[in-house]
Amino acid sequence: MSLSSPPPILSVRPSRALVDEAFEVLVENLAPVSPFTLRSLHHSEDGDDWEAYGHYFSDHSGRVSVSEDLSFGGTYSGMEPMGLIWSMRPVPGSRTGLRLRKKDVTTPMLITVSLYNGHEDFRGNSPLVSMVTERWYMGPGIQRIEISDEELRGGLFVPPGPGPFPGILDLWGGGGGLLEYRSALLASRGYVCLALEYFKTGQMKSTDMSFEYFEKAYRVLKDHPQVIPDRVGIISLCLGTIVTLSLVAESSDITPSCVVCISNIISKPPGKTLSGEFNKIRVDENNHQIWRDVGLALLKEPSMKVDVAKINCPLMLVNGCDDQNWCSVETADDTMDAAGKGHLLTRLDYPDTGHLIEPPFSPHCVAGNFMVYSSNEKVIQRYGGKTKPHSDAQDDSWRKILSFLRRHLYCSHRARM
Amino acid sequence: MLQGLIKISHMHMTEGFFIKNDQTKARRCSDSPPPILSVRPSRALVDEAFEVLVENLAPVSPFTLRSLHHSEDGDDWEAYGHYFSDHSGRVSVSEDLSFGGTYSGMEPMGLIWSMRPVPGSRTGLRLRKKDVTTPMLITVSLYNGHEDFRGNSPLVSMVTERWYMGPGIQRIEISDEELRGGLFVPPGPGPFPGILDLWGGGGGLLEYRSALLASRGYVCLALEYFKTGQMKSTDMSFEYFEVCGLIHQKTKKPLIFLFISKEPDYENIQPAACVCVQKAYRVLKDHPQVIPDRFNKIRVDENNHQIWRDVGLALLKEPSMKVDVAKINCPLMLVNGCDDQNWCSVETADDISKTMDAAGKGHLLTRLDYPDTGHLIEPPFSPHCVAGNFMVYSSNEKVIQRYGGKTKPHSDAQDDSWRKILSFLRRHLYSERAKLST
Repeated sequence: MSLSSPPPILSVRPSRALVDEAFEVLVENLAPVSPFTLRSLHHSEDGDDWEAYGHYFSDHSGRVSVSEDLSFGGTYSGMEPMGLIWSMRPVPGSRTGLRLRKKDVTTPMLITVSLYNGHEDFRGNSPLVSMVTERWYMGPGIQRIEISDEELRGGLFVPPGPGPFPGILDLWGGGGGLLEYRSALLASRGYVCLALEYFKTGQMKSTDMSFEYFEKAYRVLKDHPQVIPDRVGIISLCLGTIVTLSLVAESSDITPSCVVCISNIISKPPGKTLSGEFNKIRVDENNHQIWRDVGLALLKEPSMKVDVAKINCPLMLVNGCDDQNWCSVETADDTMDAAGKGHLLTRLDYPDTGHLIEPPFSPHCVAGNFMVYSSNEKVIQRYGGKTKPHSDAQDDSWRKILSFLRRHLYCSHRARM
Repeated sequence: MLQGLIKISHMHMTEGFFIKNDQTKARRCSDSPPPILSVRPSRALVDEAFEVLVENLAPVSPFTLRSLHHSEDGDDWEAYGHYFSDHSGRVSVSEDLSFGGTYSGMEPMGLIWSMRPVPGSRTGLRLRKKDVTTPMLITVSLYNGHEDFRGNSPLVSMVTERWYMGPGIQRIEISDEELRGGLFVPPGPGPFPGILDLWGGGGGLLEYRSALLASRGYVCLALEYFKTGQMKSTDMSFEYFEVCGLIHQKTKKPLIFLFISKEPDYENIQPAACVCVQKAYRVLKDHPQVIPDRFNKIRVDENNHQIWRDVGLALLKEPSMKVDVAKINCPLMLVNGCDDQNWCSVETADDISKTMDAAGKGHLLTRLDYPDTGHLIEPPFSPHCVAGNFMVYSSNEKVIQRYGGKTKPHSDAQDDSWRKILSFLRRHLYSERAKLST
């Protein structure tokens, strides 16, 4: 160590942020116009290491600013202030089919950002300087209430303050289990949010998916003392969209102020399974399963579809045009035609975007491990999408979803139709 | 460590479980849209600003924003500002005027720096965090109305965290016979410039400034050199401070030490630079014997708070009581408040300046004298303490010392001086020519 060469100064601001907030990474005190690599590293709850990196040149004042400078390559390139997060992928040598999802939302994701000398050969060097930054799903003061009795299973997130607040029921997809991160984030944005578990991973076939379970969940949310009963919405993804549209169309107990459906699956009455159509599954060159044709076949059968003309609340459909898991765009087309209520419908179709449209900056998963419920088989499903457009879609759709929710759940009733 | 989160497990959704609040119930039935309050960033370091924004309000109506903090000592501190929403039903603390309260005018951080104990609190309080591993929790709430706001329930609240320690900072407690203090180390491979942090007459171990400096890239040692009220009996010889240089052997990190010190006059310590905040001018070894003789110079103000500044003025006149600052060979920054009622720090700085100029070392000196600023120049946004409880070491008597300063100029001085201190430290510890030659 030389006492005379000045140490670089690396800052990440803010050092603690919510996951949908951007940060600024700045390095100073470097040798001028020299090659450096910035790298992010995260050790996941599952024990895998995820990384992203960009190759930069310092300017004449010895400075690299990720918000303002170009990345010349790496896991991302161009001017990408948040490239160190959204382009993360498992480090070389990792297991396959991984998805980065936080289970415990009461603690932050820890990301270490490090600076190295050089570009292509950077891995051979030790980092010059590192910083740790925290990415949170839960804001300060958010209360998490675990709900686990015979009748209902899920996680309820309540913002701090006197309330009451608008409420949101959050339904995930075919992977099953309980995923709380989107609910925690929505609570941090001002909603009482209930993440509902309606079947355990791999056990969809045996689970009772009748209306009563969901009606109870909706009622519990609506009747919660911190919830304004006529300002409740539903957000759903993938399989959750089937449930959502069915309930909203057919159940008299469920009358949300608005509904968001991401990556739409053909609406069908709950209780029936999809086991009959599995011969339509294709595989790609990597032996990853593509399920979208299963949906295309279902679209042709009127008896398998919910009567969406009965839906009377604002509905937002968010889909990826490169969704290889389901034919979500075609499904949305179908829903729109059938509804005859165009003024209630908002559609966002994102080009080169896959099935898993997550909160902003979530690393893109183009293909992931999945347990097939009908056969207990573990396969790799292909979700589709190209990383950069998919990340842009996550960013844009989240902002539009939040503004849709705010308009219909927070604004004056006169603003609503 | 839950950091502001309440975790409740395995509740049964039974009918009578939830506590029903009448006003909340009434609001559940009304048609009026709920206000939306945001504080960004919701988690920040204490020297970082935040933006408080309220939306969805009735247009052009009176509202009050209030911050509340429950301190480690069990006291409640608050600040509040009176605002009017604009035509879009919005109040932005960063952009709008406060029409009164504990602060007025356009003051983005008024809800923090103007905090004071709530009415009915004990006297002589100072807000200082002892446990720096957890954040300060501040609740920001919105109320209807101005003068009468306290009679109403808040419409909406948010919680924000203010941290002294950044993510990844390591805190190492040092407590053996030889040395007592807290060492703060930034994350990463290092090595880093180092700082020795020495507090004042209150004694004890205060770590918050060191934690904050570590969050800005320095290995920082907060040194405890006497316990509160025990200054007289403490060994304050040079050897104690010299031992700090041995720290680097214990932590196995090569460090460059710099002193923030009351007593920079010591041959074996070669700091790269010195920052003296509120420097008092005394001979270290003789201190316990000297000070009691001068106590007849202590005055009291109209509140019976002790003003000690004349004690210092008398000492300045005695050359034998003064450190020979002509021997200092490193850059020195002196930060003082012109309204310092606790010590004559500006006159002291004048004296130092004169001595160093005479020795041809004026170019090493940087002086910042802040108007209407008192004795306790703390990190940015720290609530201003104009008079505080103090335990006198010679008599074990508890008095209230007057520190001086007017709140708004004093807060501006804290903000400005911190930025200038950080930039001084960066220049001399992080830049190419780390050692400025004389």
